[in-house]
Amino acid sequence: MAILKRKKVEISSTDASENAIANKETEGLSQRQIVFRRFVRHRAAMISVFTLIFLILFVYTALDFKIGPWNIHGWWKYKVEDLPELRYKDCPNGNVGCPTFSLRPKFLGGSGFGLGDHPFGQDDIGRDYFALVMKGAQRSLMVMFIVGIIGGTIGTVVGSISGYFRGTVDAVLMRFTDFIITIPTIIIGSVIGFHFGNLGATFLALYLGLFAWTGLSRLVRGEFLKLRELEFVDAARVAGASNRRIIFKHILPNAVGVIIVSVTLLMSGAILLETALSYIGFGVVAPDVSLGLLISQYQDSFTSRPWLFWYPGFFIIAIALSVNFIGDGLRDAFDPRQRRRLSLKDRRAARIESSDSKGGE
Amino acid sequence: MAEPVLSVKDFTVEFWVDGVWYPAAMDMNFDVEAGKVTAIVGESGSGKSTTAMGLMSILASNARTHGSVKVKGEEMIGAPASLLRKFRGKEVAYIFQEPMTALNPVYTIGFQIVETLRTHFDIGPKEARLRAIELLTMVEIPDPEKSFEKYPHQLSGGQRQRAMIAQALACDPALLVADEPTTALDVTVQAEILDLMRGLKSRLNSAILLITHAMGVVADMADDILVMKDGRVVESGTADAIFNHPQHPYTKELLAAVPKLGHSAKRSLDFGSGAKPAPVLTLRDVTIEYPKRGRIPAFTAVKNFNLEIFPGEIVGLVGESGSGKTTVGRAAIGLIPIKSGELAIAGTDISRATQKDLSAIRRHTGIVFQDPASSLNPRLPIGESIGEPIYLAGLAKDAELNHLVEDLLDQVELPRSYRNRYPHELSGGQRQRVGIARALALTPDLLIADEPTSALDVSVQARFLELFQGLQEKLKFACLFISHDLAVVDILSHRVAVMQDGFLVEEGDRDAILKNPQQEYTRRLIEAVPVPDPAEQAMRRAARLAAKK
Repeated sequence: MAILKRKKVEISSTDASENAIANKETEGLSQRQIVFRRFVRHRAAMISVFTLIFLILFVYTALDFKIGPWNIHGWWKYKVEDLPELRYKDCPNGNVGCPTFSLRPKFLGGSGFGLGDHPFGQDDIGRDYFALVMKGAQRSLMVMFIVGIIGGTIGTVVGSISGYFRGTVDAVLMRFTDFIITIPTIIIGSVIGFHFGNLGATFLALYLGLFAWTGLSRLVRGEFLKLRELEFVDAARVAGASNRRIIFKHILPNAVGVIIVSVTLLMSGAILLETALSYIGFGVVAPDVSLGLLISQYQDSFTSRPWLFWYPGFFIIAIALSVNFIGDGLRDAFDPRQRRRLSLKDRRAARIESSDSKGGE
Repeated sequence: MAEPVLSVKDFTVEFWVDGVWYPAAMDMNFDVEAGKVTAIVGESGSGKSTTAMGLMSILASNARTHGSVKVKGEEMIGAPASLLRKFRGKEVAYIFQEPMTALNPVYTIGFQIVETLRTHFDIGPKEARLRAIELLTMVEIPDPEKSFEKYPHQLSGGQRQRAMIAQALACDPALLVADEPTTALDVTVQAEILDLMRGLKSRLNSAILLITHAMGVVADMADDILVMKDGRVVESGTADAIFNHPQHPYTKELLAAVPKLGHSAKRSLDFGSGAKPAPVLTLRDVTIEYPKRGRIPAFTAVKNFNLEIFPGEIVGLVGESGSGKTTVGRAAIGLIPIKSGELAIAGTDISRATQKDLSAIRRHTGIVFQDPASSLNPRLPIGESIGEPIYLAGLAKDAELNHLVEDLLDQVELPRSYRNRYPHELSGGQRQRVGIARALALTPDLLIADEPTSALDVSVQARFLELFQGLQEKLKFACLFISHDLAVVDILSHRVAVMQDGFLVEEGDRDAILKNPQQEYTRRLIEAVPVPDPAEQAMRRAARLAAKK
């Protein structure tokens, strides 16, 4: 076997030079590392990741947290149920329960830096509004994650099955999806909230998840239709792989980009949906607390006590925005066409360099 | 001597990749004169297309160029955009590789030619239309009046390429840049397009810059040749000098790697004494149909096909695109059901096989696919891809499986450490070797090779073929080798089968078919293959044109 022996040489020059430019960015990296690296470069997304992590920790450690028999004490002095005395003094326009949170130093006529007793103020009956907002944000985050997990799972399964098997299975599943898409989400939410709202936010989230998968399933189906025609799927089939193995081992990992991205966007949608439902009174109902519910409860006091709006509103925006930015960052990271563009600075530097080299000639 | 149409001096193109300027073409120096064809040859990634695009600054935004490019004495590098626009299309016209994507699918070809005309000349729509029809007549499109109103998808590949040439010629450009103009076409169509370009060159006296990797095309067309490697011109000279007296080792290597039709050693297969053994693959009267889907009617891709492959034999299956050769290959391995007839692999009849029957024959078969980019799962390390058939057949696990995978990598001459790499970290040739290792994992009796070399460069292809031949001699598997490249089939196969429009045209011993074809179609196919030798190619061309008349 002279032919076989002769070429134990590692890589020939032709092999190495082939696709040199294309390989340069991806040298020695797995797909996951490449995606991670691109994601880390996305500044807005990285800031959002840290913001979201901080928010989650901040919100969940503020109040008492029950895990089974254990009760972890929160760092905030009030609980949602506490009824401290309502503050009458020092409020503008004769209001009650105004926030003690102040950033204006004393020499400018303010009360100096400090949180005070009730940084976000108090509600009508004197409950601490900071505790209420924390509780509400906890609810909203929980709804977001549950909807993400349930909607993501159903959407992926439905999408992959109909995309992979096509034909009748596809037709039936997609018509079912169409049917669900045609019903406005807010109406489904209202009906669910009306019937199950009193079962608590967890149930609401579960049911919302059952209806939130439609967009994702269509995207996954499209991805599967594309991937199943690739030759590596045929190769797996020839190797004797079962349908299940082809779907889960060969196609799904290749579709994971689409799934992660749309699940994140689904989650930011969920938080707004929960807020909207609670606002119109079909989401989380009192005595439970949610951000949307807080806003709706005090909508009459918009002009007189605007802080009852600001603080829950701020948390809604912060959470939804950071999740959206993370989704954007992931989408860019998973899209191989997203090569880093030449920045203006690089371009200018390049121009100077090239004119230098021209001048030198 | 007249001033050259195109004069390139110290021309360099660089790309900004990840913080570094990466040169794609360096220090290019060449002239192209009117009425002459200058060819740039080289393998993929050598920078030949980049050079062509860089001439008129049609590059991606992360590129920069310096040096000097003069078209008719006018400097193009650093020229204002308005001047570049004036020159593009008018003085320098481009023909691209893939006419389907280079023509806009939502406009008629007539509209697109008129658009070019009216951008550069001050003429009315009627006049432009007449001129466009004249151009379509010139590129020999059948029924130009009607073709004027047709959309790109209504034309065949060759006709689309003709339409694109007509568009490029609309303003009588001084320089025609043809970037792989025939790569996407079948050989017979390629021969026609090359004839057309040659005719136009002498009639219009334009200069042609031909970018290609096919040495046969170069031999057919070029007056001067530049050989590029890794962004540099390694050798340049007249066609005769390059082909007959190459100086640079790379040029020699490149020319040696090009498979030549009718030059390979005799290959015979000895079945030993006595009768022939039982065939590994039998196709008897096989018809394959793609079922109707929605409003698209059913399509019969293969009709009444007969073929037998015996143990240890390589049968080359050739034909033009759309002739049904891939369909035969896929059916032979049970990926596509057959409509009627009889199909047996290693004695097992799978004409009416169920999923379970098929899994039994999987152990006796393997397939190598055409596209090395999509035939490996990008998310699996290649060791896992290779080991999958063994694992699924339940033959080995864990350490034993690792050992087998290492053996297979040794066989295809890849380092063992590659088993943990991902497909994108490998070059095209290496990926294709992984494809072979996977196909051979279960030591099959029958291997289907579906155009395994068509996506590879010639030098990579030469090494791949050598490896393939070595493996076949060692392992003695039977093989159905599907290819559109007659020269490759000539090197490998014992027998050759020719397909046209789903029918088997001719089948027999390699030498009988390739040296003495009986059928008109086979003869045309063989005549159309360009030979990488200018003198011989000129003779062949003359013979072909004479036969046409």
